[in-house]
Amino acid sequence: MIPLAIENADRYVGGAYLVFLLLLLIYVAIMAAKLSRIQRELGSLAELADRPSERLPRDVGPVRDREQEIEAVRQGDRG
Amino acid sequence: MTAFAALLSKDLRVELRTLRSLPAMALFAVTAFVIFRFGLDRTSLDGELAAGVLVPTLLFAALLAINRLFVAEREEGGFDLVRLAPVDRTVLFAAKASALVIYLVVLELIAVPIFALFFLDSASGLLPFALVLLLANIGLAATGTVISTIATMSSARDLLAPLILLPLLVPLVIAAAGAGEHLLAEGGPDYGRFGTWLGLLGLYDLIFLLVGYATFDFLLDD
Amino acid sequence: MANALNSITLRRLAIATVLVLGAGYALAFFAAPEDADQGFIQKIFYLHVPLATVALLGWIVAAIWAIQHLRTGDPKYDARSYVSIHISVIFGLAVLLTGAIWAKGSWGVWWEWKEPTLVSFLIVFLLYATYYPLRYAIEDRERQARYASVFAITAGAFVPLNFLAVRLAQPLVHPRTFSSAGGLPDSMLFAFLVCLAGMALLWATLVWFELDAKAASANLGRIRRRLEATT
Repeated sequence: MIPLAIENADRYVGGAYLVFLLLLLIYVAIMAAKLSRIQRELGSLAELADRPSERLPRDVGPVRDREQEIEAVRQGDRG
Repeated sequence: MTAFAALLSKDLRVELRTLRSLPAMALFAVTAFVIFRFGLDRTSLDGELAAGVLVPTLLFAALLAINRLFVAEREEGGFDLVRLAPVDRTVLFAAKASALVIYLVVLELIAVPIFALFFLDSASGLLPFALVLLLANIGLAATGTVISTIATMSSARDLLAPLILLPLLVPLVIAAAGAGEHLLAEGGPDYGRFGTWLGLLGLYDLIFLLVGYATFDFLLDD
Repeated sequence: MANALNSITLRRLAIATVLVLGAGYALAFFAAPEDADQGFIQKIFYLHVPLATVALLGWIVAAIWAIQHLRTGDPKYDARSYVSIHISVIFGLAVLLTGAIWAKGSWGVWWEWKEPTLVSFLIVFLLYATYYPLRYAIEDRERQARYASVFAITAGAFVPLNFLAVRLAQPLVHPRTFSSAGGLPDSMLFAFLVCLAGMALLWATLVWFELDAKAASANLGRIRRRLEATT
């Protein structure tokens, strides 16, 4: 059987491989978008991780005062 | 009474009392035949056209039953009952699938003679075709019960079950319509590839009964 | 530690994919002879058939992961099953598109019902396409994973049966097949096998890649929850 469009065979072969390549590239583009989303999330988490160290001294303050009280009493007991 | 018998007879008794699935299925099938009469603009069918009208109609009517298979359990908490009872969950699978086969057989006992009345010139091919339909019913019941269970627990249940089921049922349609094309042929039944179609149906039934039996437990775990 | 190991494997997979796939297509276009019957258009064979084979195997692999998931309950198997199906669906789309182009070039029609492989593929593709609405429709994570696994197993059992059924449905004479893989001259067969291996590597690379991305997202989620709890 003689294949139809024998002159256009190049176009069809090219078209098929092009479709495959395009699908692959679209996939890569989607994954790149996912990666950049992960990077952004990582960035915001890094910020979140750095921030609490400013607040800690304040929170721990009363606890530290109490610790010093207890220490003073203990020293008083010894002395 | 075994658990299987108890579950099956409960389902059948409920259906007999409420008649919520069977009349709808039968009515749907007969109305569909009328639509085909006008859609195809034909008053007599044979061979592939006959099979092409009968098999898909029965299939879509079956989907109605499959969608409603677990309605009682969903609304009245029957699932919890089975989960708590010390029965092998696969018994529920067997009971539901058997109930479905019975509904389909009853449907066919009503719809196929009416189809013959409307469109067929001779009914001689119907008896061997009944065997084909029976085997197809078993396959339909096996796959239908599994997918119905999956869909029941989801939020889009009415849409999901037919969506997933239709591709899965294509081999059954191929076999049933293929056999029907020959059995309902104009000059009388032709047993051309009868064995092939029966073989395909049998294989399908075997595989999906096994799959259902092996996986059903995991559908009811909680 | 595990992630470092993963990224080494991913890199190796990607390099292997490029090498093997590149070699395969070089062979296909420069070493393999032109087909006597179909002419130059037969070159699509080296793309379409490996894609189809790998997609189908991928769905079978997904079913195996699903069985493991049901047996062990370990969510990593569910992730592997999901991604395997996902990549195979993308490959499946490529199969249908390249198949249509091949049909148009060979027979002048965009679709041919008498081509059994293409038709079988359409049915299987339609089935696996329902995997996504299925997962989205079930909210409970654990139940969603379990049901998806049951689906993957059912669908995996369906694939070979479907191919058999569609083949049986073809008219007994003159089915229109693109070509048969049997009876190929050695140089063609060799090129085909290299392309097949390359496609399999591509599939594995993409699956690994996607699994990595998912794991990274999941880790980030965990870290965020931990950090937000302590501030």
